[in-house]
Amino acid sequence: MSGKEQKIGEIIVEHSAKEGPLLPILHDVQAEFGCVDAEAEMLIAAGLNLSRADIHGVVSFYHDFHQQADPRPEVQICRAEACKARGVEALIPAAEAAAGDRVKLSTVYCLGLCSVGPAARLGNDMHARLTAEGLTKVIENAR
Amino acid sequence: MIVRISDDSLALACGADAVAQAFVQKGCEVERVSSWGMHWLEPLVEIDGVGWGPVTPDRVAEIVDGGADDLRIGTVADHPFIASQQRLTFARAGRTRPTSIDDYEATGGWEGWKRARGMAPLDVIAEVTESGLRGRGGAGFPAGIKWRTVAEAQAPRKYVVCNADEGDSGTFADRMLMEGDPFQLIEGVAIAAYAVGAQTAYIYTRSEYPHAIAKLEEAIRRAAPIIAPLHMEVRMGAGAYVCGEETSLLNSLEGRRGEVRAKPPLPALQGFMGYPTVVNNVLTLAAIPHIMAAGGAEEYARLGVDRSKGTMPIQIAGNVKQGGLYEVAFGITLRELVYDVGGGTQSGRPVKAVQVGGPLGAYIHPDQFDIPFDYEAYAAADALIGHAGITVFDDTADMGAMARFAMEFCAAESCGKCTPCRIGAVRGAEIIDRIRHGGRKRDTIELSPVMHNAPKDAGRLPEQEIGLLTDLCETMKFGSLCALGGFTPYPVMSALRNWPEDFIRDAKAARDESVA
Repeated sequence: MSGKEQKIGEIIVEHSAKEGPLLPILHDVQAEFGCVDAEAEMLIAAGLNLSRADIHGVVSFYHDFHQQADPRPEVQICRAEACKARGVEALIPAAEAAAGDRVKLSTVYCLGLCSVGPAARLGNDMHARLTAEGLTKVIENAR
Repeated sequence: MIVRISDDSLALACGADAVAQAFVQKGCEVERVSSWGMHWLEPLVEIDGVGWGPVTPDRVAEIVDGGADDLRIGTVADHPFIASQQRLTFARAGRTRPTSIDDYEATGGWEGWKRARGMAPLDVIAEVTESGLRGRGGAGFPAGIKWRTVAEAQAPRKYVVCNADEGDSGTFADRMLMEGDPFQLIEGVAIAAYAVGAQTAYIYTRSEYPHAIAKLEEAIRRAAPIIAPLHMEVRMGAGAYVCGEETSLLNSLEGRRGEVRAKPPLPALQGFMGYPTVVNNVLTLAAIPHIMAAGGAEEYARLGVDRSKGTMPIQIAGNVKQGGLYEVAFGITLRELVYDVGGGTQSGRPVKAVQVGGPLGAYIHPDQFDIPFDYEAYAAADALIGHAGITVFDDTADMGAMARFAMEFCAAESCGKCTPCRIGAVRGAEIIDRIRHGGRKRDTIELSPVMHNAPKDAGRLPEQEIGLLTDLCETMKFGSLCALGGFTPYPVMSALRNWPEDFIRDAKAARDESVA
């Protein structure tokens, strides 16, 4: 049994008593391996007595799950209406320049900081009232 | 000297931790409390009732010495922003430590729960019905009627599911409540479960809200002996806006794709795992403890207007000077909210538009600002209250671009189950692009990859494209399975109706250029 098989087995056991355990399992697998790839899909399917298609359908539906790991740190920038009203779009070129290939920039629609936008998230840290300099600093400090 | 600083994630995002740290270094005792909701003042520091904000770490020494007068706002509770509100759901905001069960009890916590437990479940439901409480998630369905349906259904198991998937831009009341007063939500959920006979309750929230999840889990652990034998659990979504729709949410909770279910059957009869389920929004359930405390229902029904009863936590966001959470009885006008409460735009420029009700809400023109905050009045104006988020835009906003974004957002977040939403949103974005580029011209038909099936000899004027967009919006409005596709026409058509010049501006520029 590979280490991955072992770990995924443990995650499944941990959540098996739950009603509808798939989402919590997928979150844990992704946290552990950075993605839910084909192999993980098969292992989870076997563990839950479902087909791989069932699992793949769920993994591919949600924005949070990825089928390939991306080792780069991720900065999420809110580009929904309230942050747009506060000028987030003007910050994007600076953010892209600061990120280069080193940091993954992704768009989210709302971090719930709508009165103090533009807002961004790095890990569980939230940043608000961002200017081009502020956002650049967040991206440069992303590890 | 105890220094009170919020640990709400918005305060944290504005630098509250560094400010707290600076006070600790000065030898002060720091207490982390919920946020008052005066977001433009965060991080807000409160010492013996007096507030300073927004505070940066380099101003801490002055505050400790009694200075920093330019930041001082006087007694926080007397600030006009707070004093002019009617806070029921957010009565504890700024006043208690979020996960302290002692603070909760000391401020009237569990009173509704204790009283409800001494009553017959159907009497609890009758009282909720009498209060006039309507679902705060957007649809405004009377809570009591939903509960009664579940209570009267015959089934071996029943559930309460709290829809905490607040994904609308411009809204943050659910997040603030879960982070600032989690026990109140837990109490409301427990009362609902008791009233309908549910053994298990789920709170389904967003992965974008890690702080809310942590606070809720902590609070549920502490409240477990009080709400026993009810089992309560927090579940985290995975970044899908559509899961805020109740049937998508149920599918997601079951571990499926978050696709919308056709109704009927209603979730009240066949919900989670096919069993009768109450699905209520955070603010609906959080209003319950107050209603169930002695005399609460009567007080609730007295507030508000017509069929919009009680208070509404309104979220003032976007380009506004004084953004934050403002809880008040129904009936306040948008003009008061934007100018008196919000203080106008942050940028100092004139207000151009206000979007009410999140990404699926209409853009309201300043000419319509006297419309009162009330479900029926908004419906009559072809708008919706939704989750009561109001997002202010100044005159630099390009409403054509915002309409296009509404379509783009719907396309990105559509669950794909129904055609009007899945295809209509993509088509909608294409049509808006064509309108903004002067219509469909004969010489550009073949260049555009999206028009492969268009007749080659047919050009179309922007005016004709607008007719097509209007037609498409009608189809989406009446043909979509849920509010995502069904309400996307609100922002699109309201933008087109109120600011047509923003749609044909590019087209006109192109024409002027060719004439010159």
